[in-house]
Amino acid sequence: MGNARSKKIIDFIMKIIFLASAVITIILVAFIGGYVVSQGIPFFKHIPLFDFLFGTKWAPSGDKYGLAPMLVASALGTFGAIIIAIVIGVITAIVMVEILPPKLASILSAGVDLLAGIPSVVYGFWGLMFVVPVINEVIPNTIGQGSSLLAVIIILAIMVLPIVIRMTEVSLRAIPSELKEGAFALGASHLQYIFQIQLLAAKSGTLAGIVLAVGRALGETMAVILVAGNAAIFPKSITDPVRTLTANIALEMGYAYGLHQQALFATGMVLFLIIIGINCVVQILMRPKKEK
Amino acid sequence: MNFRKLFKIGALLTLSVSVLVGCGGTEESANNSSAPSAQGETVAAEPEEVVISIVGSTTVTPVVEQIAEAYKELNPNTKIEIQGVGSSAGIKAVMEGSADIGMASRELKAGEKAAGLKETAVAHDAIAIVVHPSNFVTGLTTEQAKQIFEGKITNWSEIGGDDAPITVVTREDGSGTRGAFESVMGLVDEDGVSTISPVALVSEGNGAVKASVASKDNSIGFISLGTLDDTTKALEVDGVFPSSESTIAGDYKVSRRLLVLTPENVSSDIQSFLDYALSPEAQVIVSEHYIPVN
Repeated sequence: MGNARSKKIIDFIMKIIFLASAVITIILVAFIGGYVVSQGIPFFKHIPLFDFLFGTKWAPSGDKYGLAPMLVASALGTFGAIIIAIVIGVITAIVMVEILPPKLASILSAGVDLLAGIPSVVYGFWGLMFVVPVINEVIPNTIGQGSSLLAVIIILAIMVLPIVIRMTEVSLRAIPSELKEGAFALGASHLQYIFQIQLLAAKSGTLAGIVLAVGRALGETMAVILVAGNAAIFPKSITDPVRTLTANIALEMGYAYGLHQQALFATGMVLFLIIIGINCVVQILMRPKKEK
Repeated sequence: MNFRKLFKIGALLTLSVSVLVGCGGTEESANNSSAPSAQGETVAAEPEEVVISIVGSTTVTPVVEQIAEAYKELNPNTKIEIQGVGSSAGIKAVMEGSADIGMASRELKAGEKAAGLKETAVAHDAIAIVVHPSNFVTGLTTEQAKQIFEGKITNWSEIGGDDAPITVVTREDGSGTRGAFESVMGLVDEDGVSTISPVALVSEGNGAVKASVASKDNSIGFISLGTLDDTTKALEVDGVFPSSESTIAGDYKVSRRLLVLTPENVSSDIQSFLDYALSPEAQVIVSEHYIPVN
């Protein structure tokens, strides 16, 4: 009797603890989101949203707050990095799952894990000391001398590669073996099977990985600041320096106050909304498929 | 620079903790406010503790910190709280009365002058224009430097250097060093908007500018003289090489005052700190990194 009752009490207490943990997470998200929005919203009393998003000049000392160059830079940097990461990442995943013998594949897999574990500031430092000078060597006499959109794309591509590889690999492995057996029974070659059946069947997982990688690339800050050059301009060429949304916040937060600080919060708000949008897309893509 | 960020994160954490344990906080402050009177009854001889809060420029912070350390040894009952948050925020804090003393590494803007703050220069700092050590240009005129930073001169050959495009490196908007450099060199238009070329690379902090210039052959930047080392080469401006001596003599013009700001009338405690900051002992401390005022 007593035993059963104490079990019940423990059950109850544990339930409360678990519930509290879950609630704390939600409260934290709501609090951070709410804080950023509450700090950013007053900014739009001074600068209309339209002028903020489409303004082309960023000069806080003169109260000019145009975010368009940063939006373009973030979009281009992310897009370029994702294209490279998809090409290399999907192929790497195919090689790991279908082509390499398991022992070699596991070595490659460990390498991917290592790549994912490198802190972003190390990527950035390596980019500054190696990638930027190499770009300057190959394409000399540019305005950024290597600090460029191209450097951003290269660094971001390497950083998101593990996400694309992992997600693609997992979804490739999840394909039931009947598909493979059926394809071979119908006379398909190995390559035909990989590209025309397996990749298609693994589509949703791969896509989810790509969208996750987009979110990661958009949000990356430290590595980008070190290699981007951070000029708030529209890049006319891939060798022009750029400033991303995240870099804009991190660069100027140290000294910003008043309207300038609000502008940085508003930048954060825009970034936050974009990331929320991307996460929604991931949720939809990851949802298990219902019968058609 | 990173310390400032760490400090901010720390402050944020403390803030969130103090929000979480809000009740404890009020209790503590209640204790604090009742403490002096209780003490006064028992130990009448004990003088009251004085707290001076100083807020502002991260450039001035280390100097004032060192002066404050020395001052506290002479006046053990004075507690000095120093926060490096940037010139603009420091000026605002002292205007609003949330700090006793503000620190600024640039001159006050017209709007800030209106508040009638008293400006006391505790040190001078020269800003050196630096290039890559391999660059054989040794000096510029003020006008040439202005046009380079505005993006009007874009090739080193125009000023007697190699035929190579100039990469301009500047500080982030809001930085006191950038503000001072702009006002000395006339790099602002009539609306107070910076005219430094928008294609200039932006680095956060003296160290990052130095690293950027040191790693790019054809670049030019500006840093506080106190942070100059042999990774970059300082240029003469109008024929004068930047140094403590040339700045004190008034020959090197690209310099700024490091200011502490107070309301017109201050308490005797704050006045005694200001007096100490200008005393010969304190100015010896200043000369370790910056240029003394006298």
